Parts: sequence; C-alpha cells; structure tokens
Amino acid sequence: MAIWLNENSKVIVQGITGSEGTKHTRRMVASGTQVVGGVNPRKAGTDVDGIPVFATVAEAMQATGADVTVIFVPPAFAKDAVLEAIDARIPLAVAITEGIPIQDSAYFYAHSLGSATRIVGPNCPGLISPGKSNAGIIPADITKPGRIGLVSKSGTLTYQMMFELRDIGFSSCIGIGGDPVIGTTHIDCLQAFQDDPETDAIVMIGEIGGDAEERAAAYIEGNVTKPVVGYVAGFTAPEGKTMGHAGAIVSGSSGTAQAKKEALEKVGVRVGKTPSETARLMRELMTT
Amino acid sequence: MRLSAVSLGSLATAAATGAADHEERGAVDLFEYQAKELFAKHGVPVLPGEVATTAEQAAEIAGRLGTDVVVKAQVKTGGRGKAGGVKLATSAEEAGEKAAAILGMDIKGHTVHKVLVTEASDIADEYYFSFLLDRANRSYLAMCSADGGMEIEQLAVERPDALAKVPVDAVKGVDAAKAREIAEAGRIPAEVIDQAVDIIVKLWDVFTGEEATLVEVNPLVRTPDNKVVALDGKVTLDENADFRHKDVHDAYRDISATDPLEVRAKEKGLNYVKLDGEVGIIGNGAGLVMSTLDVVAYAGEEHGGVKPANFLDIGGGASAQVMADGLEIILSDPSVKSVFVNVFGGITSCDAVANGIVQALGMLGDKETKPLVVRLDGNNVDEGRRILADANHPLVTVVDTMDGAAERAAELAGKAS
Repeated sequence: MAIWLNENSKVIVQGITGSEGTKHTRRMVASGTQVVGGVNPRKAGTDVDGIPVFATVAEAMQATGADVTVIFVPPAFAKDAVLEAIDARIPLAVAITEGIPIQDSAYFYAHSLGSATRIVGPNCPGLISPGKSNAGIIPADITKPGRIGLVSKSGTLTYQMMFELRDIGFSSCIGIGGDPVIGTTHIDCLQAFQDDPETDAIVMIGEIGGDAEERAAAYIEGNVTKPVVGYVAGFTAPEGKTMGHAGAIVSGSSGTAQAKKEALEKVGVRVGKTPSETARLMRELMTT
Repeated sequence: MRLSAVSLGSLATAAATGAADHEERGAVDLFEYQAKELFAKHGVPVLPGEVATTAEQAAEIAGRLGTDVVVKAQVKTGGRGKAGGVKLATSAEEAGEKAAAILGMDIKGHTVHKVLVTEASDIADEYYFSFLLDRANRSYLAMCSADGGMEIEQLAVERPDALAKVPVDAVKGVDAAKAREIAEAGRIPAEVIDQAVDIIVKLWDVFTGEEATLVEVNPLVRTPDNKVVALDGKVTLDENADFRHKDVHDAYRDISATDPLEVRAKEKGLNYVKLDGEVGIIGNGAGLVMSTLDVVAYAGEEHGGVKPANFLDIGGGASAQVMADGLEIILSDPSVKSVFVNVFGGITSCDAVANGIVQALGMLGDKETKPLVVRLDGNNVDEGRRILADANHPLVTVVDTMDGAAERAAELAGKAS
C-alpha cells in the first residue's frame, strides 16, 4: 500500500533528457523504481539508458500504462508540462521544479481541481515509499521500509528525519514543498496516512509562517486516530526576517513556531524541540 | 531575497487569512510611486505626481503641478501618516519645506530617501480594495469595502462584515461581471459603481499582467465631483516571474540591504541573513538551516547564551565554490566565534561541501583562527568525511550528529566570547 506510490507504480519523467532529469532518473531506477518512459516532444523516439522517450504524456501513458509523472521541466515551461499531465488524466504528478511563477502554480492547481490528477509540489523533493518506489529526488539509501508515515514542507528535514528513524523505517515519506501554492498539503497527507493500513504512526514537520500547521492540527483533532508526532522549525527565528522558504517568516504573533507547537499539542500531537527529540518521541511510540 | 521587516502587504494578507505571512522569499515590495506607475500603465486613475530626492526638486515639482500638493514619504512600511511622513503643502515653497522635514526621517526603521509630490485631492468617500494570493485556499482573493481609509486590519477585526472577501478563480480571472460582483459585495455606492467596476478590471490587469501577489489600494477615493481615484497603492511582485518581465521587475528590484555582509552575500547569490549571535551557521535547505538555528540556540543556553550569528542556506546541489563563498562571508563576520557547517546531502554532495571547506580555509591561510564544526550526512558522506580527514586541518572538527555538533560549536563560541 503506502500512499500514492508503491511497487506497482509506473513512473514517467517529463524532462528526462535534461541533465537533472537524466541524473535523477538514474537514481530513481537504482532505488528500484519502475521508470517506464520519458517525455520530450523534440526527442520522441530516442531513449535514455534504454528508457523510451515519448512526445507527450498521453502517448507515454498509452504505451506504458504509466500512472505517475515526475516533472523536471524548467520554470518557464513547467506550467504547460503540468497542464499536459492533468489533461492526460495521470493520477499523480510530482513537480520537482523550483522557481515556478506563483500565477502558473495557481493556474495549474485551479485546473487540477475536479480532475483525475493529484499534484505534489512544486518546489519539492517528491515522495518515496522505501523499498517500493521513489518519485523525485529523495535519497533512497538513507532509510528502510517500515510503518511510519512522514510529511514535511522541507526537503532536507525530510531526509534528516528519515535518517534519524532509519532503524524503524517508513511506509511513505513525502516532501510537499514550501511554495505558497502547492498541490498536496499536510492535511491531504494526514488523511492518506490515516487511511493507509501500512502506516501505524505519522511524523509531521512544519515550519514558521502561514497557518498550515494550525489547520492540520484542527484536521487531526477531528479525523486522525493514529498517533502523530510533530516538529516545527524556526523557534528561535527573529521576527520579520525571511528565512529562505516562501512563507518561512514570522510577522507578529501568528505563524510562530510556538503558536504552531501549541496548536498541535492541544490536539494531542507530541512536538519535539529538535529533529532528534522528535525522532526520539516517535521511537518511544513505535517501540513500546 | 528580501530581508526587510514587515511587509506592506501583511495587512491585507493578515485580514484575509488571519496570518501575517505575506513577506516571503521571491517577493518584491514596491514603493507607492512605483505601484502608481504600474496603475497608470494599466489605466487605473491616479493623481499626477513625481518623485523627489531633495527639497529643491520637491518645490519644483509642486510649482509645476500648480495645485495644493501632498508630500509623501516613500518607505516600504505602513503608518506613514501617523509618523508625520505625509504633509499637505499649499505652495511650492511650503512643499520644499515639508520635503526637507520628511527626507531623512526614520519611519519604523526605514530611512526616507524619496518623497512623492502629488496633487492634493478633496475626498468625499474612502474605499478599500485589494487582490491577493490566498495561501489557505491556494487561489486569489479580492477584498473590497466601502469603508476604507482606516487600517484594514482593524476593519477586518472590528467590522468583518464591512469587508467583502470574494474568491477569484485563477483560471477564470476577473471580467466586468466578476468585478461588479466584488464591488457590490463591498457595498460601493451605486453612483460610482460603474467607475469602480472599470478600475477593478484594470487592477486585475495590473495583478496578472505584472505578476503580482498583492495589489492594494487604500484608500480608493471618491472626490466630491464623483471621480474615483487610487490615492495610494501597494504592489508586491513575484520574483519567480522575473524572467517574463525583465523590464519592470528588474527596474523595481530592490537590492538595498542595511548589513554589509548581506550585501556581499547577495552579490554572490547566497541566501544569507545576518543575526546577532556568535555561532556562524551554514547548511543546505531552508528547513534544515532554520532547525540548525534552533538547535544551536538551545545548546547555547548552556554556554553563556551564545546564539546563531546568521542564517545561510547554500541550497540544493551546491558546488564547492558556493560552499567556499559562504564560508568566507561567515568567517569575515567579526562577531562569529565558531562556525557550524550542517549538511544533509540530498542532491548536494558531501564531497563538494568538504572540498569547499578545504578550499576556503586554504585561501584564508594562517590568518584564520575560528574553529569549524562540521556535520555531514547523506549523499557521498564517506567521501566527504575522507576529504576532511585527509586535509586534517587544525581548525576543523567533524562531529557525527546534528545535536552533538551544535553542542560543540556552542561550546567553542562560548569559550571564545
């Protein structure tokens, strides 16, 4: 099972012939992912390491039965690539590309509403179901399969947590991305992990800015019965300083790490002060 | 990277989402006069005016306008009026005097370098209008009220039903019918609603045409002779869209930064923020670096209260050169007593990080005395650790865990302070 991605997932790569696309295709294949095709309209009919390149997502799906696309297309062309994936009715589109204009993301997200396609990202590391499949750029060899579900805005904190809990292992780990408009939220992932019989507990990593963590807390209260452990980065960030991610800023009292921690703790989520403490909390849960 | 304090747009965003989070990476806030230039370009009515950097220029502009004028401080923060940064002048000479008083003034930490000298207007009514990105709904929102003028945050709290919030579909956009729906929801009076509808459609052109994440007019005024005019304007542009708007976005890019280290970091394309502690921080990924700041601050509590000296994210897939550039900037900060390099290699390769460290230390030579604590994990970690072990630099300590390394870096900074 796992969420959205498993050993049967057939993955295509939009932008497979670019340097990033080729590099990460090789890494995905090396970690056991079934990469069945690539898309580049100008290189249709060629191949990358024996993986056939198609002109369109629809052709690739028809020829290979692909149900996941990973998008490495540059920002200027990413909107069209995502729209093409949606119109081809692919179930999962993982947009890795960083730096997509917000109006493009807002447009393809709006276009995806009511469609057959779930978008993950953009500006995200993608998702991995360890031992089964890897759609994106998450390093596969830092953890092992298990029964923890992980959702995070931040890529490197995803890796840190996967690594800290590598002895226990994960069902799926998903980096949802830090952009203002993303296709899949903390709440979507919480819901999927709650419904996944192969997931016993959930780690949720947030960061300062916005109110996604507060909304996730409200969702957990009414809908999630599996234990959740949380972490929020940015407790000591000074007010009014941008810390890199869109949204990672504190202005005034709302959106602080403390406010998010309190919101999560109020609904029974145990929140660690550091990644290591968070891992320890999860370890206690899984080993008692 | 924008580093200024509270965003101009935070009021609107706060009112819309309950969270003041507008200011963000990739967002460029414009000055009022720049916002009005964009309004004029798209046909939104604004009053004539020009920018001055000296009192003489201000007097000259007022003389040319030939009317009563308002002299307005151009700073990227709210509350200019209360701070004395907006003054009426009834002659060119007086405009010069007012400009002399306003130029150089400090408004909430922002020094006034420019004033806008603009025609004064009689006001019958003040309205509020904005388009903004609504993160919670991952779409756009129009906000409109016939009760403008006051701080919108206050209006949103005290009389929420007086502030209409109308979702805008990113695919369908705003046409005249949608604009009318928004104006009616905001209870714009019938005698000027046609004008308001026309202005709202044009503001949507500004929002989409210039790729903004915020377009705000407060106040949008009705004059006694029933003309509707944008009296103030706030626009935030999306930096991710720079490649489609070279002309406008480049012209308005604000590379000013108060801290000289931040200026140098910007020149090198590094995502660096100066903080007020003693432990220099370099890491990869904004989340991990923020987390590193936390871990160091906690460890510092046991070591004389040392704190992180900066935020520096070398990003994904950083080269040895990027690492060396970052380290060089941090080591040149006199308040830094120790440095913590915290990298979890995803795309970033630990051998590149290690080579960057060796390269930077090699360049700095014997004059460098600050200790470095390095924690590497992930992609190519064995090779990275081997490179550091081979270099065997006396200033470098490799520690296996993030918490352990933070502890060591804080201890070293505590001893040196």
